[in-house]
Amino acid sequence: AMDTDLSSQDRKDLDKFIKFFALKTVQVIVQARLGEKICTRSSSSPTGSDWFNLAIKDIPEVTHEAKKALAGQLPAVGRSMCVEISLKTSEGDSMELEIWCLEMNEKCDKEIKVSYTVYNRLSLLLKSLLAITRVTPAYRLSRKQGHEYVILYRIYFGEVQLSGLGEGFQTVRVGTVGTPVGTVTLSCAYRINLAFMSTRQFERTPPIMGIIIDHFVDRPYPSSSPMHPCNYRAGEDNGAVYPSVEDSQEVCTTSFSTSPPSQCVFTVTKAHFQTPPPVVTDTLKVPVMGLAFSHQLSSSRLSYQPAALGVGSADMGYPVLFAGGLNAAHPHQLIGPGKEGGVPPIPSQPAHGTQADQERMCTPLDGVHYSAATPSSSEDTETVSNSSEGKCGSPHDLLETIFVRKVGAFVNKPINQVTMANLDIPFAMFAPKNVELEDNDPMVNPPDSPETESPLQGSLHSEGSSGSSTGNTHDDFVMIDFKPAFSKDDILPMDLGTFYREFQNPPQLSSLSIDIGAQSMAEDLDSLPEKLAVHEKNVKEFDAFVETLQ
Amino acid sequence: CPLSTRCCAPPGAAPAMNCRAEVLEVSVEGRQVEEAMLAVLHTVLLHRSTGKFHYKKEGTYSIGTVGTQDVDCDFIDFAYVRVSSEELDRALRKAVGEFKDALRGSGSDGMGQISLEFYQKKKSRWPFSDECIPWELWTIKVNVVNLANEQERQICREKVGEKLCEKIINIVEVMNRHEYLPKMPTQSEVDNVFDTSLKDVQPYLYKISYQITDSLGTSVTTTMRRLIKDTLAL
Repeated sequence: AMDTDLSSQDRKDLDKFIKFFALKTVQVIVQARLGEKICTRSSSSPTGSDWFNLAIKDIPEVTHEAKKALAGQLPAVGRSMCVEISLKTSEGDSMELEIWCLEMNEKCDKEIKVSYTVYNRLSLLLKSLLAITRVTPAYRLSRKQGHEYVILYRIYFGEVQLSGLGEGFQTVRVGTVGTPVGTVTLSCAYRINLAFMSTRQFERTPPIMGIIIDHFVDRPYPSSSPMHPCNYRAGEDNGAVYPSVEDSQEVCTTSFSTSPPSQCVFTVTKAHFQTPPPVVTDTLKVPVMGLAFSHQLSSSRLSYQPAALGVGSADMGYPVLFAGGLNAAHPHQLIGPGKEGGVPPIPSQPAHGTQADQERMCTPLDGVHYSAATPSSSEDTETVSNSSEGKCGSPHDLLETIFVRKVGAFVNKPINQVTMANLDIPFAMFAPKNVELEDNDPMVNPPDSPETESPLQGSLHSEGSSGSSTGNTHDDFVMIDFKPAFSKDDILPMDLGTFYREFQNPPQLSSLSIDIGAQSMAEDLDSLPEKLAVHEKNVKEFDAFVETLQ
Repeated sequence: CPLSTRCCAPPGAAPAMNCRAEVLEVSVEGRQVEEAMLAVLHTVLLHRSTGKFHYKKEGTYSIGTVGTQDVDCDFIDFAYVRVSSEELDRALRKAVGEFKDALRGSGSDGMGQISLEFYQKKKSRWPFSDECIPWELWTIKVNVVNLANEQERQICREKVGEKLCEKIINIVEVMNRHEYLPKMPTQSEVDNVFDTSLKDVQPYLYKISYQITDSLGTSVTTTMRRLIKDTLAL
């Protein structure tokens, strides 16, 4: 009989190889994004514990996360192990940068020798991974992390989800290894439209609140850091809400910078939809690090994070959330609920949708003890100032709780909710207080068509999140909010767009009116001959000057 | 060296049959030559080095551990990974340094190429000396550019960095083809396949050579540098 079947010993070996290969893959990727140079020593005497004959350290937490994600399984057809690398700014905005995929396809190589060839090829593949992890755009970003952003990772097992990478993402194949049970494939899909904003952009802009990165393993307050169970995106749990499940985003380091509050900040309000949301995210983790970092994270810019609707994988969707359906372009709607007589207009939507959103938002707010973090993080972390109130009743309550004032670094102020009355902002008079202002603006008050799905939404939505489509058609697109430089205090989300809209029709400048224009033109023409004469006289001087330039 | 004329093909000759040949081209500024060459050579050697073999009885062997480290370039916005072996690094730096000097020297118009060849030794009986059979040849063609001002240099830093990223991806693609590799040797044969002279890692036998083109476009200076430690005396 043909001895093409794998011997049981070979099968065992192969499974072991693949398992450890997966674990080492994760280590290499995460370590390559820590922001530091990696260095391990060669050792001529085999230690017996260096898998694939490569000195790759094992960061315990990373192994832990990887094992959790795998949950005893191995990559197989349709079950890929993915390491997602994302970037998170101090403002709490985040963006997926890369997805590294370890997949298995059905193409088998029955002839290959497991214990020898497969093992050596897996070793070669790890070397390739070491090389490739340094050449994708995220590497340079991760080396420069610290002042303005952190790089985070997340491991999941199941179907690969690439929608968070934006359009036009690119793929690089690291390599493949054929085995008798299938072909192992390692590749990386990476966002490219950050390339322009990579190191250059961040270097040019003045630093935002800092999130410096200490070494990953030296987290200062391990006991206070919340657990980070992995967020399974396997799709089996469609519809389930994990109020207490946080993203297993591991902040690679923590520390803090004293840079002044935001200048030009590139933020992307991401609204892609994926399978259900852990609403509570790792923003919990970060502040709990016990550093003043917590101050900085308050996102008074009120960017809409539809976490309740399943914002994407980088759900660092900090709980700066508003009742579902608010258009992120006009977060100013949310100001001063009831305080100035204005009621933030909530676009009408089916009650069940709103309610569901509110519920989802409530849960994490309730469940989280921001203020009880650690002694040193005495200030409540961002946003949810009165989370202890845990009001979940009306949208108004929620809004009230969420509006937070951003404070500067190391400011020892509790983060209170700020209302219109307290705001000392320019153009305060333009801050919409009245519903009437916005009633006619379709952007602010989305028309009442909750069931219509925009094509964009259709493409971004994953199938499972139908529950989130109510009335939020306008929010399902990627938006880029630019914060204008020197904007005073970021309390009021008076963004540039708003400003332009307000000032689109200024009165015409007098100098631009025809009569005056014509007059000055005539004057200019008259004076020309004189000017020419003067220049003629000085021709020698000009020539001498030109000489010096050459 | 007696070996050079008898053993291996003269530089510039076509690689032997079954020798895989890859060519990479880069345009760099003068001061970037060394780092760019090292990046490519180290990346190739990362894939073509193993841990030290320790043969045990019954023909089995165990393999040592290869460490790696990140190297940041000073003149290029680029970083790469190399094997943690000072000996190997020194050997490459020496070769690349000579190449750079030759490129700078008179008679050069800034164009040249450096080659990294992996070969196997095939022992012959006396009086014939051993053959060197190349099985993989990497050639990096270099074009040195002169830049006028700081702004151009800054752009060059970035552009060359991006180019090198592409080269790394190319190299990895080739490596992933899992094409011919010498069979794992027995203890008596190991020196015909691997360079066992380093104390911490074991690259496949390799040699580095380079050529500079003069302004007439012809190959004027041809230098062969031998980097294997052992030579056969006859």
